[in-house]
Order: sequence, then structure tokens, then C-alpha cells
Amino acid sequence: MATVTFEDATRIYPGNPKPAVDHLNLHIEDGEFLVLVGPSGCGKSTSLRMLAGLEEVNDGRILIGERDVTDVQPKDRDIAMVFQNYALYPHMTVADNMGFALKIAGMPKDQIRKRVEEAAKILDLEEYLARKPKALSGGQRQRVAMGRAIVRQPRVFLMDEPLSNLDAKLRVSTRTQIASLQRRLGVTTVYVTHDQTEALTMGDRIAVLKDGLLQQVGSPLVLYDKPANAFVATFIGSPAMNIGTFPVKDGEVLLGESKVPLSRAVLDAMTPEDENKLTVGFRPENLEAATAQTPGSFPVEIDIVEELGSDAYAYGTLKGSDPATTGLQGGSLIARVDPRAVPRKGETVYFTVREGEQHNFSASTGDRLPD
Amino acid sequence: MVNALNISAVAPDPALFDLPWDLPLEDWPQEVVAALPRGISRHVVRFVKLSGSVLAVKEIADYAAKREYDLLKELANLSAPSVAPIAVVSGRRTAKGQPLDSALLTQHLRFSLPYRALFSYRLRPDMATRLLDALALLIVQMHLLGFYWGDVSLSNTLFRRDATEFAAYMVDAETGALHTKLSDGQREYDIELARTNVIGELMDLEAGSMLEEDLDPVAVGDLLVERYQQLWRALTEEETISADARWRLQDRINRLNGLGFDVAEMSMQTDPDGTTLHIRPQVVDAGHHSRRLFRLTGLDVQENQARRLLNDLDTYRVHSDQTDVDESFVAHDWLTHVFEPAVRSVPRDLRGKLELPQIYHEILEHRWFMSQRESRYVPLEEAVKSYIDTVLTHRRDESELILADTLQLPIQDDIQMG
Repeated sequence: MATVTFEDATRIYPGNPKPAVDHLNLHIEDGEFLVLVGPSGCGKSTSLRMLAGLEEVNDGRILIGERDVTDVQPKDRDIAMVFQNYALYPHMTVADNMGFALKIAGMPKDQIRKRVEEAAKILDLEEYLARKPKALSGGQRQRVAMGRAIVRQPRVFLMDEPLSNLDAKLRVSTRTQIASLQRRLGVTTVYVTHDQTEALTMGDRIAVLKDGLLQQVGSPLVLYDKPANAFVATFIGSPAMNIGTFPVKDGEVLLGESKVPLSRAVLDAMTPEDENKLTVGFRPENLEAATAQTPGSFPVEIDIVEELGSDAYAYGTLKGSDPATTGLQGGSLIARVDPRAVPRKGETVYFTVREGEQHNFSASTGDRLPD
Repeated sequence: MVNALNISAVAPDPALFDLPWDLPLEDWPQEVVAALPRGISRHVVRFVKLSGSVLAVKEIADYAAKREYDLLKELANLSAPSVAPIAVVSGRRTAKGQPLDSALLTQHLRFSLPYRALFSYRLRPDMATRLLDALALLIVQMHLLGFYWGDVSLSNTLFRRDATEFAAYMVDAETGALHTKLSDGQREYDIELARTNVIGELMDLEAGSMLEEDLDPVAVGDLLVERYQQLWRALTEEETISADARWRLQDRINRLNGLGFDVAEMSMQTDPDGTTLHIRPQVVDAGHHSRRLFRLTGLDVQENQARRLLNDLDTYRVHSDQTDVDESFVAHDWLTHVFEPAVRSVPRDLRGKLELPQIYHEILEHRWFMSQRESRYVPLEEAVKSYIDTVLTHRRDESELILADTLQLPIQDDIQMG
């Protein structure tokens, strides 16, 4: 088991002036489950492949534990790429399917047996060891595949979008299995996904990347509650945070027909580059039904209501005549509403942002401003 | 719900709509499915006959299907030895409206042989080596193109007879990715995975008592790595020669040609004092002989078949006393007076047994054996007749072997995951 450290790790592809991964600094604790997440092209897979030794490191270095592995061959790094290949062999028993890589490495039989039995115990496969894969369920076969990586007892597990090829049902159950198994084994794990739900549900910490740059790293809750910038704010969370850039006048931000007062800290943090504008975000569940008289409330015309049983989301547009004050990213506003009393289509409803739940970002840099 | 079906196809064939897309692939009826798949796959794979050709259909998540489809298209543009993509079918639903995974359709390679048929069925002692050479060459070719395979295995490869050798083709690109250039780490890891997978697959045949007894899986896996590294070095290594031995430059090019590669770009650098020259091939393309034969005759055949036909062409040139005639004229003569009459005399109903260039190669082999046995010159027409009567008639049909011998081969059902 080991920590993993990226120190100014940089990858520049030949012929491309912009680094695919730009001075990544990231320290992963021993036993931690870290998720690298971001849109396609953000550098998450490249970062993982740099750690695996599949991608050159042009600048900086990478350590596994205390050891600098920057120039170490992939097979000598003591890592396991899980799920790279999980086709099972039909004529071999479950035990042989799990242990064959150790056999190739020339490990003595009794030692292989011991490792396979240990792994089978963790995976609840003990009673199936003598059977052929054909006799197993889909989920059990997945676990045999995981067993292959476990028996090697690597210091770090690497997983690159391991669920992307599975169907939706198996994806959710495998997600839970991987997360709980990782906790039981306590092996440091780096996991890459483009899916923020996967990131939120699986990781101890999440590192969000965009354009090769680390945007923020933190626990799922920190990323959700205190996004470091407007990008993280919109990327994490589903449905996405409502966000838009609005004019600021006399210490208040103009949202549609409403004026919302801003704190001293926010006003002080604004710079001339912001040109008296502020990027404001609020999550759908942090909107409260209000009336026209409620201070700071703004009117929303409802376009559609999505009823999900336990929840309901209203989609609408900010009302007002000035496009500068109604322009939300994506054009519409999403609010979680009481599923027992949903607004009608075309109705105008007033909302306020729950106290302390408004996120303020610099209009020029997108960085979070102090609350 | 069929109206919501979305098909992206390279060559749109309306018959694609007639397949039962509203059924999970596992449940496709016998009359559509050509045969059960035999590779080891984590997905459900079936073969179907459509408008006279055979297609492989793989059921897979939409994201992965589209990704692989695009990748296979890119590889086809690079003339990579990989299967041709046909279509992606997405938006599938059952009659009750339940969503189904997308389907990726690829062309089944005619005359191709899955490894299980080759390794377990009348395996000649040197067969394993030949298959490994073909696989090593395939990996080298893919790596030269910048393709990281990520899951090299015998199951993900198809083999075709290529004169006395085999030619290998990639059939599964699911885990692959195209890069501008592969790093040594990527290549090392890819070949290490290949080694593990090949050994695993052979151990599986061993566990099913389907492997020649004297074949050691680990030794075979190690041999694959060795062959790969030898070939990679030969193609890419820098060589230092002294400036007064420049003929060695041509020598290097000849050696690469001998391995079946053309040098499209060579870097040459002299030392400051001008006494030594560093040469390194920058761009090499496989298919030296098949390109040359194509240029001369228009015949599009595999590399080793081309080698064989070119040799025959050379022999013809000498025997017909045309050594001073331009090669392209001789080639035309050879094509119309030798090659075409020979293959035309193979009865139509026997032509599906082997590829025509492969039949011609076997005729040449047969003729050589006849001459040896009878210690005399055997005219080609006589060899053709004898070959058809004594050899070809008794061979199994290999055009769509996967269909023909599924039931005879002692192969278990594939394992399906995902």
C-alpha cells in the first residue's frame, strides 16, 4: 500500500503547444479512493496513464510511496489496471481464472492457492472456486475479474472508466461493489470517470480537471457545497446548478426583476476587470417558494415540471425585460419544488435563494468569491 | 418503438432494418443467426448473414459502440489490418419499450480462421510459431500506426492463410486508442498484456484438453514477446555505419523489404567529422510485396502470397527468356498466360474452399512435390489437375469456417459479460 504523488507532472503531446496535463500537483493518501473527473479532453485519462507509465512525463515527477517512478517501466510500478481485460476462460476453474497471472509469474502453487483463497473470501466467492465461470451469475463473474487484480496485491489500483461499457443496471451495482470492496481492501485507488454521479458516489475525494488543469480537489461534499469556481459549480451536481452573470448596482445584484443584496466581502473582492458584473449560482434544491413581497424574491415563468415521485423539478425562465438580468446559462432556471404541490405550466412563481446558499464567482476569472 | 432506431452505417444497406433489433442479441432466432460465436468475449456476439455477406454483431453500451465504430473507421483510413466497421445501431427498445444496448456491426473477414480452430485442430508443430509471428507482426503494425490496443489476445485476432504463413487481423478495438506516436511504456505494457492474455488463452485450451501436449503456454507467450521485440528493433533501430560503407544503407533498406516493409522515410545524420553516418527508418509501411505485385498485375493479395507470386513471376521471366523485357510487360504476360488459366480451371464449386491466391500458392507447392517425387518437370496444367483431384476436393470449406465447423469443434459456449 502506498501514497501517490504528482509533482508538477506535465504531459505535452508533440505538435500541440497546450499541455494535455499542466503542472498537476496532487497527493493521494494511502488507502484513499480518489476520483479524477472532468469533461472529455480534460486530461484525466492522461493523468492516470502517466501514473501507469503509459504516457511520458515531460516535466515534473510522479511518486508511488517514496519511490520516484517517473522513468520506471509500467510492469515494475507495482500497480494494477483493473478491468482492462476481464474476459473469463471457460475451461478454467474460478480459482485458476483468478490465479493464472501468478502462475505465469512463476509463484509457487501453495502461495497462489493462499492468495486466491484470501481474495475469494473478500469477494464472497469461496464456494465457487472449483466451479467453471459458466456456472456463475453476471455479478459473480465481475467479482472474479476483480479477484484477478486483487491476488496480485498491487500497491495501487488504477481504473479508467471501468463501467462505461456495462449496461445501466450492472453499472449501478458494480459501482457499489467496487466502492465497498475498495474500502475493505484499503488499497489506494485512482479512478477515472466522466460521470459526476459516479465521482460523487464513489470517491473519498474528487479531483476535477478541465483543459489539463486541476480545478479543485476535495471531498464530494466540499465540491458540492463550496465549488472553487464556476466550472466546478456547474460540473458537479445533477440537475446542474443554476448559474449566470448579472449586473451589480449599488451593492446589489440584479436578477430579473429583483435586487439581491451582496455582502461586503463579495463587493470588496470584485475587481475592475469584472466590469460591475457578478456570476451568481444557486442549486435547484436551494430555491424556496416565496411571494412577490418577499425581499430578494424573483419571478419565474414555468415552462415544464418534471415529476419524479419523491421529487419534482420545475423548469422556467427568469422574468424581466432586460436580457442582461435574465440570462442564465442554458437559458432556463431549474427549481426543486414540492412534489405534492407542483406549479402549472405558464404560471409565474416567486422564488428566493435560501440564506447562505448563493454562490458568488468573479465574472472575469470564474473564481469563487468569499461569502 | 422501432421508429426511434438510429443507424449510422458506412455503406447503408436497407436490409439492416430487417434484423430483429427489438430482441436482445442473446434471443435472436436461429434463422437470422449464422452461428454461435466462439471467441472469449465479455459481450454477447452473434454472426448474421445479410445481403450475401456475414456480419459480426456485438451488443455493447452506446458510448462504447460509437467510440469503437469511429476508431475502426479511422483505422480503416490508415489501411490498418483490422476488421471493417459496418454500422452502429442505437436507440434499440424491446416491444415493451425497455431500452436495449446498442449494437456494433463489423464485416466478418472471409477465409479467416479463429485461433481455437487453428491451435486445436490438426496443429502442425510449427503452426504455433507461425501464428505468433503473424500476431507479433500485427502488433508491430498497429504500434507503428500509433495504436495502443490495450487488450491484445488471440480472441481479439483473426488469422488468414498467407502462402505458407498466416496473416493476422485485429477484430476488437474496444480498449484501444490512437495516438500520434506510442511511448515505450505504452508498447511495453501492450505487449505484456498480450503475453498474459495469450498464455491465459492457451492455458484455457490446455484445461479443456484441446492443446497439443508438447506446447507450453508460457514458452509460447515468451516467444511472442521475443518475436515482437526482434521485429520492432529491426524496423526502428538506429544503425551507425562508417561513411565509406554507404552500401550498408541500401543493405538496410533491402533487409526491411525482405521483412515485407517499405521505407517511406529514412533519417540520416553524419557526425561532425563526417566519418560516421547514423541511419534510422522514420516511416515504414507493411506490404512491400503485395504493393509491388498490385502495381505489376492489379492482383490484391496478402503479403506472403504476393511474395510467392512474385517468385513465380521471376521464374517465368527466366524460363520464357524475357530477362531483358520490361518487368511490367512480363507481368502482364504471366497474368494472362499462367496465373489466370490456372485459377480459372478450378471448378466454381471448389473456389469457396480457399482464397484464389492461396489456391495458386498451393498449386505451386503441389507441383514442387510432384516434381520431387517423380524427378521430372511437371507442367502447370498437369499440376493443377492433380491438385484439384487429390487435394482441393478433400479440403474443408474455409470461406466461412466459423459457420461450417461450429458443431464439430469441441468448443464450449462463450462467456458473456456485460
